[in-house]
Amino acid sequence: MSAPAAAIAFRGTAAWRRNLRLHGWTVAVWLVLLALVPYWRSLSQQDLEFDLQAVAIDALPLCFAAMAQAVIVISGGIDLSIGSMMGVVNVLSAKHMIGMSFREALAFSLLILVLTALAGAFTGLIITLSRIPDIVVTLGMLFVWQGVALWIMEIPGGGAPLQYSDLALGSVGSTLIPNALVVVLVAFALVWLPLRWLRPGLAIYAVGSNRTAAYLSGIGVARTRVGAYMLGGVFTGLGGLALTASSGIGDPNAGVTYTLNSVAAVVLGGVALVGGVGGLIGPIAAALVLTMSKIILLLRGTDPNYANVYQGALIIFVVVIGGLLARKTRS
Amino acid sequence: MEGAVFRPLRVSCNGMSKQTAALLEARGVAKHYGPVAALRAADLSVAPGEIHALLGANGAGKSTLVKCLSGVIRPDTGTISFGGRAVRARSPMHAARLGLAPVFQDPALVPDLSVTQNLRLTGMPLGRVRAELAAMELSVNFNEQVGDLALPVLRMLDLARALARDPQLLILDEITAALPSDLAERVFAVMRERREKGRSVLFITHRLAEVIAICDRATILRDGRDVGTMVPREGGEARIVEIMLGPEAARAEARAAELSEDDVAVAPDARERPDAVAADAVLELDGLRAGNVQELSLRIAAGEVVGVAALEGQGQDELFEVLAGERKPESGEVRLRGKPFRARHPYDAIRKGVVLVPPDRLLALLPQRSVRENVAAPHYSTPLRWGPINMRDEGRRVRHAVDALQIDMRAARQVRRLSGGNQQKVTIARWLASGFTTLLCNDPTRGVDVGTKRQVYTLLRELAADGAAILFFSSELAEFPLVCDRVLTVYGGRVTAELPGPAADEASLLQAMHGLDLEEAVA
Repeated sequence: MSAPAAAIAFRGTAAWRRNLRLHGWTVAVWLVLLALVPYWRSLSQQDLEFDLQAVAIDALPLCFAAMAQAVIVISGGIDLSIGSMMGVVNVLSAKHMIGMSFREALAFSLLILVLTALAGAFTGLIITLSRIPDIVVTLGMLFVWQGVALWIMEIPGGGAPLQYSDLALGSVGSTLIPNALVVVLVAFALVWLPLRWLRPGLAIYAVGSNRTAAYLSGIGVARTRVGAYMLGGVFTGLGGLALTASSGIGDPNAGVTYTLNSVAAVVLGGVALVGGVGGLIGPIAAALVLTMSKIILLLRGTDPNYANVYQGALIIFVVVIGGLLARKTRS
Repeated sequence: MEGAVFRPLRVSCNGMSKQTAALLEARGVAKHYGPVAALRAADLSVAPGEIHALLGANGAGKSTLVKCLSGVIRPDTGTISFGGRAVRARSPMHAARLGLAPVFQDPALVPDLSVTQNLRLTGMPLGRVRAELAAMELSVNFNEQVGDLALPVLRMLDLARALARDPQLLILDEITAALPSDLAERVFAVMRERREKGRSVLFITHRLAEVIAICDRATILRDGRDVGTMVPREGGEARIVEIMLGPEAARAEARAAELSEDDVAVAPDARERPDAVAADAVLELDGLRAGNVQELSLRIAAGEVVGVAALEGQGQDELFEVLAGERKPESGEVRLRGKPFRARHPYDAIRKGVVLVPPDRLLALLPQRSVRENVAAPHYSTPLRWGPINMRDEGRRVRHAVDALQIDMRAARQVRRLSGGNQQKVTIARWLASGFTTLLCNDPTRGVDVGTKRQVYTLLRELAADGAAILFFSSELAEFPLVCDRVLTVYGGRVTAELPGPAADEASLLQAMHGLDLEEAVA
């Protein structure tokens, strides 16, 4: 009888403000990268082609590590074993690829990716079944993989077929575009993009954003989290293979720095550590920024011992500025 | 008529009458968490085409039963049959496919995804949800991030999503608790519509007036068991409360109710002495502006409870935020005992004796800590003496507050394990222990059972009698005449009317809250 009087339209957020908040950070990181370019060019004595190659090759393993960490952090977890798992892949591939043909090496890479995916899923299973916090389980895995790497190969050695190394070191035809960049983009397009806009990708965001709401929406929370770690395992495997291809050698300690650098890239790339927010494009740009800033400091002749101080300060500076701007757009 | 519209599940119900074929039949459903029995043995039977209320005090097992029915948790024992078939929902999705669509107390929407993405996550066609919203005359921008939307909007979205499945049984778990009255009306309209279509609704609420107005039958839970099924219209509010609380408790409640009525009866005396009231005004606002608050002025005297009645988003939240020191006013003046009052931080407000009981108790509590620490927490910021905390003094203050409010201390080691009503009592108890002059109550009885509600009313009246100034907001209009000396209605950030407490019945409050002129409306 007393029908509702008038229609109610709920006041919302302006579209530009919403887009700024959703994508602003990613765009800003790419702008930071572009802003660094002229400075880097002014310091460098080398020609552009060589330099582009150097940055891309240097950044390749970190890009993959950042992608692995990003997927896992978006799902609400964190993986401290990424670096040491990359070390395992590095020594395992270098040890066996040294005598292989290019084709065999490619097939072997595929096998390794399957193994790392399973290893990631295993880590995820331990976390979801035992309900031990992610950080504890993956810290344990960090030591496990470190030990495994040393068990496979005690001192640096091994190698990879030349053609295989070319995947990371060469460039497309005789153009300026480095292979390393193409590899990252292909992996992004083949592995992440199909998931991102379909239910599995949405589920990863949902689980990281609010587990209860995700469960009540009918998502298999444990399954999704294991899936995120599995996907992280694939990217980690790619990172380890990139280490082998770019360095041409296996080193059990090569991966160590990548764990914390991947976290740095994720934070700098606009992925919230609480989960549910961000993407993979930001962390890729952040990995490039971190690599380029390291190269710039080298070119300036900064003592490598102090270089980390600048890098750390850069991360905090960018995140603080970003946080302040984000607060502005919120209110 | 029902037979024609009611589409049975694959089981043949043709020719069966409503009385013989229940849509949902739960028998002896029980659930234990370790040694704690959340649900002992509950029976529930919902007929096709009926609105069935599920009632009970906080902790009686309502939510647990709903979770068992909708597949969120699995019952330890008991059988559930739906449409004549034994079912055991494995997950909320599975329940939804069976034809049981729940709308939970906490919205099941993921905050970091847009509305569209959330719907895609559940495989729900956007058009159908939009149509359900349109039928309720609501419109929501589906590109919006869920985290940006207000709680009432989310509840309506959740409802629309459940309706889009056209479920045989719609389960609404306290959906009206966080809804302003205009939206609640729309929910009731939907419920009646479901009934006309021969579908059923299971409705969980604390608001007995709603139950009497629209529910066909009600099942009442106490202590994890069903203690009666009745027709609310016949029994009335008193009968429901009696069953809900059990015979002894009902008598104690009656005493409490008498007490609160006595206090209300005392209150008019204060109003008859306007000079005295003006003389010791504790809190005065003059032309306050902040967010949705536009030129708001009010004064509260010592010993007075002033109500603020408003629809969602009319500035009441900002008003509380400014007074509690969470928000800077844009302009206007606030005076406390005649002196300018500027709280830049809740710390300032608390030190000056202006304290807040927020609507969401989780905002105020340290869920992992004990009742004692929670009650004593504001006290820690008063460096009366340096050195170790005076445990004996603290213990005395806390005990006093706990006794005064009759807080159930059985699970006192972690506040998060207390029932909702007891948690709310703890948020009030902390101010009893540390002392205050002005109490800001922003919806203090949200999601609290009837017994606790009455205790809160009584307590507020007692505090006022002791000389406290109290500002009171509630989303439940029936509370205003019980608690307040005066009620101000706020619309568009301005005070639109002032009613004496006993005269603030729902009809006149609603008129004024919608910005309608009272005299005009009455005439």
